[in-house]
Amino acid sequence: MTYEKRYDGRDFDETRKVEIKMGVIPRANGSAMFSFGNTKAIAAVYGPRLMHPQHLQNPEKAVLRCSYDMLSFSVTERKKPGPSRRSSEISHVIMNALTPVLQLENFPNAVIDLEIEIIQADASTRCAGINAAALALAHAGIPMTDLISAVSVGNIGNKICIDITKEEEDYEEDGEKLATDIPVAFAPRKNRLTLLQLDGKVKPEVLKKVIEAGNKACMKINEAQKKALRDLKMETELPEEEEK
Amino acid sequence: MEAKKEAEENEEMKKTEKKPKKGESKKEEKSEKILKIPRDIVVPGEVIVSGEDYLPSDGTMRESMNIIATRFGLVEFIGRLVKVIPLSGVYIPRRGNTVIGKVIDITYNGLRLDIGAPYEAFLPMKECFFPHGRELEEYFNIGDMITVKIFSIRRGDINLTMRDRGLNKLEGGMTITVNPNKVPRVIGKEGSMVNMIKQETGCLIVVGQNGIIWIRGENIDAELLAKEAILLITSKSHIEGLTDLVQDFLEKAKKGKEKLIK
Repeated sequence: MTYEKRYDGRDFDETRKVEIKMGVIPRANGSAMFSFGNTKAIAAVYGPRLMHPQHLQNPEKAVLRCSYDMLSFSVTERKKPGPSRRSSEISHVIMNALTPVLQLENFPNAVIDLEIEIIQADASTRCAGINAAALALAHAGIPMTDLISAVSVGNIGNKICIDITKEEEDYEEDGEKLATDIPVAFAPRKNRLTLLQLDGKVKPEVLKKVIEAGNKACMKINEAQKKALRDLKMETELPEEEEK
Repeated sequence: MEAKKEAEENEEMKKTEKKPKKGESKKEEKSEKILKIPRDIVVPGEVIVSGEDYLPSDGTMRESMNIIATRFGLVEFIGRLVKVIPLSGVYIPRRGNTVIGKVIDITYNGLRLDIGAPYEAFLPMKECFFPHGRELEEYFNIGDMITVKIFSIRRGDINLTMRDRGLNKLEGGMTITVNPNKVPRVIGKEGSMVNMIKQETGCLIVVGQNGIIWIRGENIDAELLAKEAILLITSKSHIEGLTDLVQDFLEKAKKGKEKLIK
């Protein structure tokens, strides 16, 4: 038996409903909320500002200080608040996924603080986090060469699925776990891969297909991200038409 | 892998199709009216112009044949220069900008100010302007607001000066902070907007390029009215005929107050 129909009735190359809100945190220099169905991430960017403690300053370029965390109520069983091994690893991975497009050399000795909080988790939280972070960075006016998009690709019972849910992540046949989660992130203009993680097993030829499928999905997400940024200005323009 | 290449090519095709159109539309807009026309919005990574006719300026960069946006904002063409006017983000200091700073430290040879930029700014004692026969630390206190001019910027080193007309310590009044990218709207064309608020409310107003605005009026009501007018400008900065809107607002507010007194 194979995984033939997805639990929530989506196509195999279809993401969950993407919802984006810009400027969710008024005190931050830039902020955004990104959600894949039930997975919701908010990102806030503070800075560039002076780096403290001083010994962490880099005289060549700005430092991107990333912090990813899941809020205690984001999962069914309460998550103990505070940093964990998992969250610090994901923070680092997100930082590495975003830095290739940032022009950090414009702000030597400064720091850009990026805070990502998952307010509701249903798998692929790091991808939602990266998408929100890219938007928040653009909103904060950080110079960057591209807008990163990320999506998780799953190899569930030998089927390639885009944007997997928690249910799919735990898929098993005859008590054997057959789900592999592969988050990918792309810089879409040049089609550069900036994040590729894998936990589970996958054949090399399948991995190629996974990356291709991920690339296609990322392009779609990127369009949604661009639209959200453009609409941000439209919102401020709306009253003008009403008055006329 | 082939599919990827195809996708890449398709993308490029799309962009090349887009570009000439975009350029044309902008030129048209420009010839009609320079100000107040909503210009195209770009997100980082978008191609603004292709070809070598234009040169990249602030917020853009050249990549082979294309000029791409590196910031989120509005496109502007100044002659052959392509520029992106940012809509958000922190204040990026420029030489010659007049800003309002807050004293955060007094050292033996000058003051350190917070001007809302990514870096702290330094005002040397030599460049300070204060009454004769008084000590620096006697005249300036931590927390004081000063209007200063940016004298030089060198890799995160911002040096300030007070040796210019109208630069002094600000006494009394209140300061408010607005988005530094909206300062041009607060000032208006040749200062029209801020002058109008000054006239209508009778307040003294100093607008720093860094988004810090100082207001001092005869009474607190006048100050609050001026503050509200400025916040109105920043919240509706994209509206056409903003000057009229603010004038209406101020007149209505004044009438309302008169009624209350009667």
